[in-house]
Amino acid sequence: MTTPIKLSRRTLLQGAGATGLALGAGPITGFPNVIAAEPVTLRYLGTAVNQSGDIARKVKEDLGITIEYIPVVTDEVTKRVVTQPNSFDLLDTEFFSLKKLIPSGNIQGMDARRIKQADNITPVFTKGEVAGKKIGDQGTAPKKVFYLEGQNSKNFAGSATEWITLIPTTYNADTLGIRPDLIKRPITSWKELLNPEFKGKASILNIPSIGIMDAAMVIEATGDYTYPDKGNMTKAEIDRTIKLLIEAKRAGQFRAFWQDFNESVNLMASGETVIQSMWSPAVTKVRSQGVACTYQPLKEGYRAWATGFGLPKTLTGRKLDAAYDFINWFLSGWAGAYLNRQGYYSAVLETAKSHMEPYEWAYWMEGKPAEKDIKGPDGSVLEKAGATRDGGSFETRMGSVACWNAVMDENTYMVRKWNEFIAA
Amino acid sequence: MTDAVLPAIADAPPVAAPTTSLTAKTRRRQALAYLQAAPMALVFLVFFVVPLGLTLIVSFWEYNEYEIIPSFTVQNYIDVFEGCLNTADACTTVRTYLSTLKFCALTWAFTLVIGFTVAYFVAFHVRSRTMQMALFLVCTIPFWTSNVIRMISWIPLLGRNGLVNDTLMGMGLIKSPIEGLLYSDFSVVLAFVHLNTVFMIVPIFNSMARIDRALIEAAYDSGATGWQTLWNVVVPLAKPGIAIGSIFVITLVMGDFVTVGVMGGQQIASVGKVIQVQMSALQLPAAAANAVVLLGAVMLMIVAMTRLIDLRKEL
Repeated sequence: MTTPIKLSRRTLLQGAGATGLALGAGPITGFPNVIAAEPVTLRYLGTAVNQSGDIARKVKEDLGITIEYIPVVTDEVTKRVVTQPNSFDLLDTEFFSLKKLIPSGNIQGMDARRIKQADNITPVFTKGEVAGKKIGDQGTAPKKVFYLEGQNSKNFAGSATEWITLIPTTYNADTLGIRPDLIKRPITSWKELLNPEFKGKASILNIPSIGIMDAAMVIEATGDYTYPDKGNMTKAEIDRTIKLLIEAKRAGQFRAFWQDFNESVNLMASGETVIQSMWSPAVTKVRSQGVACTYQPLKEGYRAWATGFGLPKTLTGRKLDAAYDFINWFLSGWAGAYLNRQGYYSAVLETAKSHMEPYEWAYWMEGKPAEKDIKGPDGSVLEKAGATRDGGSFETRMGSVACWNAVMDENTYMVRKWNEFIAA
Repeated sequence: MTDAVLPAIADAPPVAAPTTSLTAKTRRRQALAYLQAAPMALVFLVFFVVPLGLTLIVSFWEYNEYEIIPSFTVQNYIDVFEGCLNTADACTTVRTYLSTLKFCALTWAFTLVIGFTVAYFVAFHVRSRTMQMALFLVCTIPFWTSNVIRMISWIPLLGRNGLVNDTLMGMGLIKSPIEGLLYSDFSVVLAFVHLNTVFMIVPIFNSMARIDRALIEAAYDSGATGWQTLWNVVVPLAKPGIAIGSIFVITLVMGDFVTVGVMGGQQIASVGKVIQVQMSALQLPAAAANAVVLLGAVMLMIVAMTRLIDLRKEL
């Protein structure tokens, strides 16, 4: 894959010329150290989801920092951090990976005092709350892995410390995507995924750690079994879950499994499947092809995920300063608004709000009907005026989180059983 | 004919100066031969022997979520064969291998028949050499695009609302779409045959092109029928090509996980997929153990094939 950044000669010149002016320009103030010296390049390792050319261009304008994207899949990010910790300067990965990353000793705790908006990061991360209400914390909930005991500690702290593992970039609540035009009746529960009515027309994702949690949501919805922690099953619970999946598979419930974003879009858009686990932007993409697709809120709640910035232990000096500057810039609003407009949520809501139009904020975050056409960051119309967002407001959506993407203690066993499921 | 198809066998090494004695000349020739083989040997050593050795070593290591620990354990191999002693229900590994072997056998049979027929046509029925080369090149045209694209282009054709189902329903031949066209064993074998037939055509054509036409005439003159000539003259002489093509096809199918994944809708197991899932979960020693078992299985098959045909002698 190639990096999506397209720097024209003009923007490069602007960037170079702006280094002196950037101090006074726009809402970004007070990032002194880096700008005076020659430009810094940060190698940004992460999934393609958050790696946008627009963000790289904007940060070049504002701070003079060049962002060099290294886009890989989540598992590959983990592999790189563990095996090649010097191949990047800034890490953007999922919180659940931390259970693998922190013990490897290749990540340093981030100094909360250097993050200007640290106190304003949404309590989803710091306390596991939305609007004062506790949300589901099964699995690797960010609050469990948000703080370290010390900068170089390999232990997660139970309460707030000044060492943060990852500064959140985006997060969201996942559920099932459905084709309302083909199902023609309301869907309200996860158990519909394995309903024989949709035999040969259902799909789940073939990423073991996430797929098994979707299956667990189904099992709980049928009332068969209630897991103490869906994100950390015992061997017996894994066996039970896989057994159900195997039965469904042998009965021909699944049309296919999907592994990446585009596969999920194609399955749904072509009508091969009518109900499947899905990611929010994939639903948007199906809809943009003119096909009816709903990101269906379900009564059992959502499976949530979150990604954030981390720093490799080897990062020092000017590059370290630049990384902190970049993260502070990221939290200062422009990037947050940019991500909110794609349907993700940003870490510091107040700053993002100040960079969005009131009608945009009302649609994306408050769950109100759109006053005007809702446009994506690229200017294309995503929703016509009058539409409301699936799942409603931020508080309703994130407030209904049931569990988080996770790495289980029995991960090795789980992966082996998953392979058994695929072979069944 | 031969020259046009095979890369010309390396010309005789440069002849030594006429003044040197005979023994010195042979010795120098030998040294030269080693020197000529050295680059290939070196490439093999660095890119094949060393990684293979490392894979073998790592397959005996222990691992946890974030590191692999040098030690000696056979646990990875025990995990590979977990539950295989239970005869009632086949274990994951046996199931996976059976499924992979089934694809191997089917793909091999189809590619052999198609490949042999195409090669036979081009080699014996097309008279002009220019035309032969032109048709031969036509066979390679699909290779101008990536094999992922060639594979994915089947999906809109075979899908539930795809071209084939739509056409059949439009003609009134079927009432509801045939589900089994896509994401099934059928689609996997179809894609495999499509992707791999050329690997049969090329070596078989190469072998056939080297058959002396006088032999065919002789058979004909002795009163053999067309089938008898084919079976008793052409097939035995094309054997090396068949063997080489078979090795290509079987090794490609055994190690594949992309085709099975895409065309099987990720629902069909393959050994390659098992390894890939373990790699992405950072369970490298377990993946290495599986890779070693796979290597062993493929080698057994190749040994069996070379038992049937002595390739070196035939070439």
